[in-house]
Amino acid sequence: MKQVFAKPKALNDEIMHYCPGCGHGVAHRLVAEALDHYDITGRTVGVAPVGCSVLMYDYFNCDIIEAPHGRAPAVATGMKRSRSDLIVFAYQGDGDLASIGLAEIVHAANRGENITVIFINNTVYGMTGGQMAPTTLLGQKTTTSPYGRNFNTDGYPIRMAEMLAPLEGTTYVARMSLDKPVNILKARKSVFKAFEMQINNVGFSFVELLTICPTNWGMDSMESIKRIQDEMIPYFPLGVFKEKETEDYI
Amino acid sequence: MPTIKIESEKCKGCSLCIDVCPYELIRQERTINHQGYQYVVLADPEEQCTGCTLCALMCPDICIEVFK
Ligand SMILES: Cc1ncc(C[n+]2csc(CCOP(=O)(O)OP(=O)(O)O)c2C)c(N)n1
Ligand code: SF4
Ligand code: SF4
Ligand code: SF4
Repeated sequence: MKQVFAKPKALNDEIMHYCPGCGHGVAHRLVAEALDHYDITGRTVGVAPVGCSVLMYDYFNCDIIEAPHGRAPAVATGMKRSRSDLIVFAYQGDGDLASIGLAEIVHAANRGENITVIFINNTVYGMTGGQMAPTTLLGQKTTTSPYGRNFNTDGYPIRMAEMLAPLEGTTYVARMSLDKPVNILKARKSVFKAFEMQINNVGFSFVELLTICPTNWGMDSMESIKRIQDEMIPYFPLGVFKEKETEDYI
Repeated sequence: MPTIKIESEKCKGCSLCIDVCPYELIRQERTINHQGYQYVVLADPEEQCTGCTLCALMCPDICIEVFK
């Protein structure tokens, strides 16, 4: 009998600290599968965010550096510019990337830094107890929007992939969902593509992943998956928003 | 015969794997593991598992290995 599914080698055997069902686990696995696939674990550095995945260095077999809140793209920029032989990725939540770190991600993307950014959209600040994030959906109740997000006072949920795709500096921008096996397979392809862009020196690549946070949504895992399908995907459409060819790169 | 191996000590009982198995071959135990979670096990007396990997793809804690 042949083993057809195994834990990727780029992850160690630690038990991850995430809540039951949390999407960070699958997102970590997809990144690790990309590192295995391109055999780059030995020359990859990840930049961890502030948020639930702050401890990701405990799980990966590559080097991981911790950045101040929202500054992962800036740290990744410095790392990649000083050591262009490294593969550098930032891994960030929606509070980290779309709120406090909005300037860093937009400018890193606009400069066309040759880095890969994995963006975890779970529509809340997970680690600090489920506060409203820029991605929180209209009407969604959080600890800081107890009556539901209201566009009059809180503005509209931000679509990061659509915001970054038109920038000249970006080369690959996609949004995928981790709600069911077929979408996880598509997300894997997308994460692979994002790393491939960097390996081929094409430029800035960005993959947004819609994930569940059962703890702060106050739902069980299955209800949370349904929420992605019923509420998140209609507002955050899935797809590849931009894919440049190597030849496009000036 | 295709089969899966579930690492019960890593399992958090989230049940995401249970829902995707086309043959409903995974069930939750009533006992808990060292983490305090009701882990899941394969219940496949008729050897129906096809090794489709759907359960493993969903598992956030990477507890499932699949053999075919
Ligand atoms: C400068 C600074 N401001 C605020 C915080 C508090 N803080 C920690 S995590 C976090 C939000 C994380 O949310 P997100 O990026 O969505 O990640 P998740 O936990 O959902 O994975 C905040 C505001 C901090 N650690 N540092
Ligand atoms: S609080 Fe949410 S994002 Fe954080 S580990 Fe738990 S489920 Fe995951
Ligand atoms: S591999 Fe497929 S058939 Fe076998 S237990 Fe998993 S989901 Fe069920
Ligand atoms: S998906 Fe993984 S962690 Fe969740 S119940 Fe199944 S084996 Fe356990």
